[in-house]
Amino acid sequence: MALTSEYIQQRLTEKFGDQVTDFEVQYDILSFHADKEINLKVLNFLQGEADLAFNFLTDLCGVHYPGQKGKELAVVYHLHNIKENVRVRFKVFTDIAKPEVFTATGLFSAANWMERETYDFYGINFIGHPNLIRILNVEEMDYFPMRKEYPLEDQSRTDKDDEMFGRGGTLGFGTEKTIHGTIAEDEK
Amino acid sequence: MRPVSYNIKKKPLENDISMAEMPAGHEGQGFFATTLDSVIGLARKNSIWPLPFATSCCGIEFMATMAATYDLARFGAERVGFSPRQCDLLMVMGTIAKKMGPVVKQVYLQMAEPRWVIAVGACASSGGIFDTYSVLQGIDQVVPVDVYVPGCPPRPEAILDGVMRIQDLIGKESLRRRNGEQYKALLESYGIQ
Repeated sequence: MALTSEYIQQRLTEKFGDQVTDFEVQYDILSFHADKEINLKVLNFLQGEADLAFNFLTDLCGVHYPGQKGKELAVVYHLHNIKENVRVRFKVFTDIAKPEVFTATGLFSAANWMERETYDFYGINFIGHPNLIRILNVEEMDYFPMRKEYPLEDQSRTDKDDEMFGRGGTLGFGTEKTIHGTIAEDEK
Repeated sequence: MRPVSYNIKKKPLENDISMAEMPAGHEGQGFFATTLDSVIGLARKNSIWPLPFATSCCGIEFMATMAATYDLARFGAERVGFSPRQCDLLMVMGTIAKKMGPVVKQVYLQMAEPRWVIAVGACASSGGIFDTYSVLQGIDQVVPVDVYVPGCPPRPEAILDGVMRIQDLIGKESLRRRNGEQYKALLESYGIQ
């Protein structure tokens, strides 16, 4: 039987019932969501079953959805069946207040560094990871850069100030210069 | 075709071999007396051994500078070394991430006095266009820099200009500068003993 999206969806719903949801086919890749408690079971199922055999973890990354309260941080697993050349995408969601997901390192060795990167940038704690420390940023960093919680510009920079961004300052970009000195817009 | 903006006034070739200028001094039959500073400065500036710390695109421009058209070897910098123990001039060319900062400092610490640092390109001078959490906004946050070469990337002529400025600095440097109070204070401000 050919490994189509419908077949994969059917096998998953047979096994997990309503714990797997939101089946969607985007760019020929079947994508679905599941509860974070069963993420290892789903991965094991997809990897272990002989007719599914998704034994290559292409990517493991995080996403921050600031709008979805209670399920802000997502972990996305991209699996690939090398023999049939079929890919599947699987997302679990977790709360930003206490983001914890079970580690996939036991099933896929590639998940080791990918989970470290996801921890580094989103702060998701992978339970059971052998060495969960920052991988790309400096170890002393105390925030998680890819979360969408920060303003675009660094508020503490003193050398890139209002002048340079055309917002007034002493050079008068955006304000009017008179013989009495620079006056701001509201004083004109 | 784009109009040429460099080398439009052809200078006639004065000599086949160019020689460095003699420093000012007293000359006589079979002897020449001058200050030790100027002789040593002359020798040092025409035999710089650079250490190319090439990280990104500016490193490619440096490769062009070392190649035949814009030869860096004619300035005496023939022998580029990759060991800081043997080099005078640390040329930092490219984006330095915050994680790389301690590495650059370690390389600088391993160099023997007298040593000079040239920051080539916008990223090494000030972080360049990468105003972000991961890029060091200028290597002068970790090591003292002598010459900054702006550009993204700077043309090989600009890198050569930077090297020539370093040569000016070397030629005029006092021999006791590295033992002086001001230099010690400078190193203290970087946390270097």
